Amino acid sequence: MKLLAYFRSLAGKFLRRSQTADDTDEELTAHIQLRADDLERSGLSRFEAERQARIEFGGEARFKEECHEAMGGNFIDSMMNDVRYAVRMLRKSPGFTFTAVITLALAIGANAVVFAVMNAMILRPLNVPQPESLYAIERNASFRDPSQSYPDYLDIGERQHSFDGLAGYTISEAALDVSNSASTVWATDATGNYFDELRIQPYLGRFFHSSDEHGPNSAPYIVLSYDYWHTHFQDDRGVIGRTVELNKHPYTIIGVAPPEFRGTLLFFSPDMFVPMVNEEQIDGNDTLHSRKDRWVFMVMGHLKPGVTQAQAVAELNSIGAYLAAAYPDDDAKENFLLARPSLYGDYLGRPMKAFFGGLMLLAGLILLAACANLGSLFAARAADRSREVALRLALGSTRRRILRQLFTEAVLISLIGGAVGLWGSMMLLRAMNVWQPIPQYPLHLPVLADPKVYWVALLLSLASGFLFGAVPVRQVLRTNPYEVVKSGSTAPVGRRVTARDVLLVMQIMICAVLVTASFVAIRGLIRTLHSNFGFEPNHALLVDTGLVWAGYSADKTPIMQKRMIDALAAVPEVEHVGLIDVPPLHDSWNPVNVFTDKTTDLRPANAAAEAIQYIISPDYFRAAGTSLLLGRTFTWHDDKNSPRVAVINGEFARRLFGSRANAMGRYFKMPNGERLQVVGIVEDGKYTNVTEIPHPALFLPTLQWPTAQMFLVVRSERDPQQLAADIKNTLHDLDPGLPVHIQTWNGKLNTALFGARAATASLGVLGVLGAMLAITGIFGMAAYSVSKRMKELGIRIALGARREEVLQAALGRAFRLLAIGSLAGLALGILASRVLAFIVYLGTPQDPIVLAGVVIAMALLGLVATWIPARRALKVDPLVLLREE
Amino acid sequence: MPEPAQILPGTLDLLILKAVSLGPLHGYGVLLRIGQISGQALLIEQGALYPALFRLVRQGLLKASWGTSENNRRAKYYELTAAGRKRLREETEDWNRLADAIAVALSARPEEV
Repeated sequence: MKLLAYFRSLAGKFLRRSQTADDTDEELTAHIQLRADDLERSGLSRFEAERQARIEFGGEARFKEECHEAMGGNFIDSMMNDVRYAVRMLRKSPGFTFTAVITLALAIGANAVVFAVMNAMILRPLNVPQPESLYAIERNASFRDPSQSYPDYLDIGERQHSFDGLAGYTISEAALDVSNSASTVWATDATGNYFDELRIQPYLGRFFHSSDEHGPNSAPYIVLSYDYWHTHFQDDRGVIGRTVELNKHPYTIIGVAPPEFRGTLLFFSPDMFVPMVNEEQIDGNDTLHSRKDRWVFMVMGHLKPGVTQAQAVAELNSIGAYLAAAYPDDDAKENFLLARPSLYGDYLGRPMKAFFGGLMLLAGLILLAACANLGSLFAARAADRSREVALRLALGSTRRRILRQLFTEAVLISLIGGAVGLWGSMMLLRAMNVWQPIPQYPLHLPVLADPKVYWVALLLSLASGFLFGAVPVRQVLRTNPYEVVKSGSTAPVGRRVTARDVLLVMQIMICAVLVTASFVAIRGLIRTLHSNFGFEPNHALLVDTGLVWAGYSADKTPIMQKRMIDALAAVPEVEHVGLIDVPPLHDSWNPVNVFTDKTTDLRPANAAAEAIQYIISPDYFRAAGTSLLLGRTFTWHDDKNSPRVAVINGEFARRLFGSRANAMGRYFKMPNGERLQVVGIVEDGKYTNVTEIPHPALFLPTLQWPTAQMFLVVRSERDPQQLAADIKNTLHDLDPGLPVHIQTWNGKLNTALFGARAATASLGVLGVLGAMLAITGIFGMAAYSVSKRMKELGIRIALGARREEVLQAALGRAFRLLAIGSLAGLALGILASRVLAFIVYLGTPQDPIVLAGVVIAMALLGLVATWIPARRALKVDPLVLLREE
Repeated sequence: MPEPAQILPGTLDLLILKAVSLGPLHGYGVLLRIGQISGQALLIEQGALYPALFRLVRQGLLKASWGTSENNRRAKYYELTAAGRKRLREETEDWNRLADAIAVALSARPEEV
């Protein structure tokens, strides 16, 4: 209905407009007729009288236009005129139009993409009801870690009054067996109140609730995600009530989650939701009662209305103090914080915010450089059109009218550029939306554009249009029609610094900053890739096989593990096979507090260090390519009946014992009071991520610390695909029901390096955009200055100037500006090193290779951009030129 | 007859208001009336009259309606509104004050300084 009314009013406006136009016509005609009547009476013929009347009246068209303007409300009309004229002007210079549109499309497209991703990852809240009051609780420990232990979660949930209730979840991988075909799935293990606290209703069937929980393994229920139901059960509504096997335990599918709900971690779409009380069946670890295992990934809830964040934090801190007092062995005193749950609290949220802030800034710089570029193009165009402007002024057009015309052209270009850019970014975003950056994980970047993105693109387009359209304003205002018409449009080639020069320097400076940024990023990535991980990922396969998934009980796992290792070691050309519970640079790790041998009070506060704990088989170090620095590695005799031993890394030795040599044979304590003797020391490595500071690490023999979680590292020079097939067959022979996932260690590392790679790629793209803008900017300026000075160059050549002198005259200025801009940009880039070093690991612009690289790159850009104008300048034929003038 | 003077910028509106205040007029009539009451001493560009008329209508100082001229042509007639009458009074006073002041200033003689 509204739409109809809108169209009616629009139509009304146009109808009335043409009516008033007729009115004006009639009135002016009446005037001329009346005047002609008078003249006729004074003796002229009718024809002569009308002619005379018309002459006396003056420029009818011009007055008509002024009348329209005087009446007001003709804005749309004259704008349509301006647009029509602008289109004609732009079509007359397709090269200029194309360059301008592409430049803007790239710049606005880059901004739209960066903004859309930032919007999706940071600005947009989780897709749950009332997301504004939903907060995750994080411990302000060294990592800003939102994880909790299950008993702590229960205690906090019972004692707090600030939240409606607290729900928790964690993520596990499990084997799902539907009618005898097993596959691994990603599950969100949620507390019973998870869906109720998030205020979500099921799409189909029902959700599980707190009332379904009656102790460990009491709630064998599965809620499928909509996507999984859609792809694996073909939208079969009869799936509700069906029994399937999860890690060989019977589970009932009770419901399907709504399509828009993809769990509470923004980029992670789980396949299903299962109750956390069944953790032992799903994960294999009976940790529901352990207060020091902080495996509950995140705890969150809706703040009650009227409760401030500060009040909630104060209450949580007092609960934390109580827990630390009641369980001194397990809980240290914590300071709690509230954070948004979607990006794993501040743990990912903060670096991502910083990164996107930096990226947005660089994208903004790109747009600014593009505006400077177009601004100088427009100024040059306006100078070329000074004759047209002068003519229009002389014919009675106002300066305001001419400026409006120029702005219309600028805004038209910026809108077209913006539309093209937005279209391109839509394509890119759509591709990103279905992109699976790491195939093994159900990652999903929900980056489709929403209206906010369109608005930002429109605003940026308009703003940049006005920005570069404003550059030639002064030029037009100062145009003196008589001078220009008299002397032609040869503006004096001034030695003065013009606005165009300043714009060009600014633009080159920005581009140099961008080029610096991308060089720093690429150098950083190369260094990251070549840094020592503490293991050799080449020629190694990682075999991910969960004995838990196959239903092995704790006492059977060590025997089965030994059988698997022996079987794989017998595969042809396999050099070494090792087992590790969680490989380094995996998505999770097990930190453990370690104590000096003298410590008797083993509360967390007294810990000597927080080490990362790995459980390995004897041959692991050889299989992983980790070098043993001192002592020995484990043997199959380091079992339950022999003394407790450990291998540590160099950093561990330094922290606890001062030096490596000092550490050999010495003892330290684990949180449960066990004394371990150091029997070997291995090199330091990367454990949690590639950008970490050196962490102490601790390796324990699998026979003394049985674990069901396991990865097998297989080292071999063989082709990974054939080897993987052999490994699969071998393991299948041992146990056909064992789910096996094999990938190269390098492939696995892509996960760990994804952040660094993505950052480098985005900075690299911005750098390339910057370089392209620098080229078009310098090219435009150089080509323009050559074309303006053809005559002068011709005379110089005629007078016998050498090639160098001609080039110097034609392009010296461009090169000087390029040099100034590049140096300024480089200096700025170095000043911005803090920002860059924050974004890019191992990146520093104070690196001779980076500095040299930027200088060479800018010089090359200058050379490329001035190549064509230089050739034109050298080809000037004085005879032709002089004859033409 | 002396050469007609170009009118000062900004005075056209005032002259139109004055002309129309003496009775409703069409555009050409306004032109003739100004010529008549100024003793043909002021030159007005004919076309420039209309933007001014339209502006005054938009400001609500004049109102316009179609009518028939004495020689039977359809023409648009303008007359003053209440606001127009008030504006004319104010502008006339302003103008007189200004003219007096300039006249006094211009008639100053060395001995008076």
